[in-house]
Amino acid sequence: MTPRKFLLTATSALALAFAGTAQAETFRLGTNGDLYGLDPHSMTDSFTVSFLNHVYEALVRYDADLKIEPALATRWEHIDETTVRYHLREGIKFHDGQDLTAEDVVASVNRAAHEDSPIRGNIAGLVGAEMVDDMTVDLLLDGPNPLLNNFLTNILIFDRGWLEEHDALEPIDAQKGEEGYTTSHANGTGPFRFESRTPDAQTVLTVNEGWWDEAQHNITRIELNPINSDATRVAAMLSGELDMIVPSPLQDAKRIESAEGMHVLEAPGLRAIMMGFNLSDTLNNANTEGNPLQKVEVRQALVHAISYDLLRDKIMRGKSRNLGTLVAPQVPGFDAEVDTIPAYDPELAKQMLADAGYPDGFSFNMNCPNDRYVNDAAICQALAAMFARVGVKVELTAETKAIHFERARANETDMFMLGWATLPMLDGYSVLSAMLHTPGGQMGTWNPGGYSNAELDRLTQAVATELDADKRLEMMVEAFAIAKNEVAWLPLHAQPLSWAARDGVSIPQTADDKPRLWLARID
Amino acid sequence: MFAFLIRRIIQAALVMLVVASIAFLMFRFLGDPISNLLPEDATVEDRAEMREKLGLNDPFLTQYGRFIVDAAQGDFGQSYRNNRPVSDLLAERFPATAELVLVAASLALALGIPLGIYTALNPRGWISQGLQVVSLLGISVPTFVTGILLILLFSVSLGWLPSFGRGTVVDLGGWTTGFLTLSGLKALILPSIMLALFQMTLIMRLVRAEMLEVLRADYIKFARARGIPNQILHFKYALKNTLIPVMTIFGLQLGGLIAFAIITETVFQWPGMGFLFIQAVNFSDVPVMAAYLVLVSFLFVVINTIVDLLYHVVDPRLRVEKSTARGV
Repeated sequence: MTPRKFLLTATSALALAFAGTAQAETFRLGTNGDLYGLDPHSMTDSFTVSFLNHVYEALVRYDADLKIEPALATRWEHIDETTVRYHLREGIKFHDGQDLTAEDVVASVNRAAHEDSPIRGNIAGLVGAEMVDDMTVDLLLDGPNPLLNNFLTNILIFDRGWLEEHDALEPIDAQKGEEGYTTSHANGTGPFRFESRTPDAQTVLTVNEGWWDEAQHNITRIELNPINSDATRVAAMLSGELDMIVPSPLQDAKRIESAEGMHVLEAPGLRAIMMGFNLSDTLNNANTEGNPLQKVEVRQALVHAISYDLLRDKIMRGKSRNLGTLVAPQVPGFDAEVDTIPAYDPELAKQMLADAGYPDGFSFNMNCPNDRYVNDAAICQALAAMFARVGVKVELTAETKAIHFERARANETDMFMLGWATLPMLDGYSVLSAMLHTPGGQMGTWNPGGYSNAELDRLTQAVATELDADKRLEMMVEAFAIAKNEVAWLPLHAQPLSWAARDGVSIPQTADDKPRLWLARID
Repeated sequence: MFAFLIRRIIQAALVMLVVASIAFLMFRFLGDPISNLLPEDATVEDRAEMREKLGLNDPFLTQYGRFIVDAAQGDFGQSYRNNRPVSDLLAERFPATAELVLVAASLALALGIPLGIYTALNPRGWISQGLQVVSLLGISVPTFVTGILLILLFSVSLGWLPSFGRGTVVDLGGWTTGFLTLSGLKALILPSIMLALFQMTLIMRLVRAEMLEVLRADYIKFARARGIPNQILHFKYALKNTLIPVMTIFGLQLGGLIAFAIITETVFQWPGMGFLFIQAVNFSDVPVMAAYLVLVSFLFVVINTIVDLLYHVVDPRLRVEKSTARGV
């Protein structure tokens, strides 16, 4: 080999080596909060569970259009009203090399449905699972359940042998006094393997070469960096330390867009922001006898007092989507006709208030969180000003979410703010059962104001068990129309999603605000 | 000295009991942890069950008694949010905060004292005047603003230093340190400057004021009249007396550094105890908050005790007085 030739070979080898490292694509994600732990059965935090979807998988999953598609199960069929049979995909291996079998699914489903399981509430109606043969599982229900697959997207599957080996077959109980093995270790079937984790600092995943699905992504490593401070997260993005941030603060969108090589990803999200009314016989803090809010005319007058466009353009910087119904367009149950926004007409509002017996208006207390939704307290301030224009005086209390929701739930407020994304079920039934049904038992858990309508209750119960998708949808639309006419809640807008990424990152932005990195590509 | 120590320990125990009680009482009003622990549409029964599990349904005094008894044994229970023992969480986070505070404190002392001496000895020099103005800024600009400005300058514009986190840390069997890696050291720079800035300016101004005061004292004038060289006058006679009040303040401020670290840690996503505390506040994670408060007050008490002991070392008069004046 001549020296010259040697040099050539050496440089090309060097070039190859560099090309090799360039292909090791690390995706550095910045988020505004950390995982609660690594056990997807130990908490219901939707960010944590969605991130754990990179490591663990479920029988079915949402695709980029939020439609349900097969994952660990290839197909399913209804055996009878209370049994659904799932056929598992062949040849799937856990990260530790074990094969996926029906045994694993049975152990995982029973773990999730265990009476101590913190996520039991997410799988209402699921009694348990039974093995049919090695690759077939029956899920047992307490009645027909049209939302079973929606729930299952969130029930991630563990390896039974691994759980057993580490004494983790039963769910982690917060008060047991001992830390669960699954909180800090993971073994799933997903596109990425768990590598390391330092709470509040960094969680690292590496690619699972043996993933059963055809990889759409070209990522070999994921670094999750929680950065709670908005300003720091944006700065880290701008300084090139991150590839993407979720969420990206609305007020920084312009700054990021104007930075070289960065862009903002924006879309209306699933979360509907709304105001709830105290509909009991007396208000907590008002200058009138009885409760003016009980009268439909008064609630309708308040709707006419709100300038939706002003809220959207000034408070939400033009990013939100005005909402006349209680669910966002992506959620089954949404209907364009129900969604119409009532006209802004303060004169009409005043007239309606006068007709209802309050020509001089009245006053009450409004409560708002100031650390939960995008610009939550600012929205309430604007609402208070708009109500004041029609003579309704509002005393505004903005406070931290822990206190706000506790008070709202106890009906200690006259009007309060709530945002509802219908997750994890992603269906209008979530709103019907929790917020519109008369409170009692499993129903109306988020209906502290006490709204009650017999027809709505009937529809809600019918929707719960109707397996015919079209009929079901029709009933939901009808129910939401009733809620709208009666102003059971006062919907404001669908909260916008905002992510920011450097150029060269491509990822589908789904309305549920969950980054699915197995669908992302970077260069 | 021994009796003095015993007295201090008893005092400290009382202080701790009061702090623990206040912590416990205060956090009862912070909101319901349940709403953060359960999904939006959890049922009423789920909620009731969770309250029962967490012991929130017990009478107030039972909860309080349980808290004090457990806390005395160093057991602060389980974090609601992390499903882990609070003492483990704090132990895990302590190194991060300790290293940050250590670097910040050293920085504040190493720069503050010399600068203070310099400005006192050259009160009319333009460098001194400049330092005075800059130090005013250091005291009056809120620390989070300084932090963000540092990030904008050194991370975003210049790209020299990381804007968040601790970098790569080395685990020395229970103590994670950022001192042993380049990225760990780089990550320490901005947060420790942010944390040190206020203390540094404070020490500088304090040293300057004290030193000017001491230099006007009669014994310095007489010493000067006797022809003792300036070098000895300034650094042997004046400085020693200057440092007593500085030590007191610095001792108190060291506790302040740990407490202030909350803001620095939030800005820089520094995985220390202060950050753990802020997270706990967001989730009404009472066991973590209470434990943090107790721990920080414990550190305050320990530091103050050490400062008191140091007086005895520096100031010979106190050694004589202690036999007559009880209850220092």
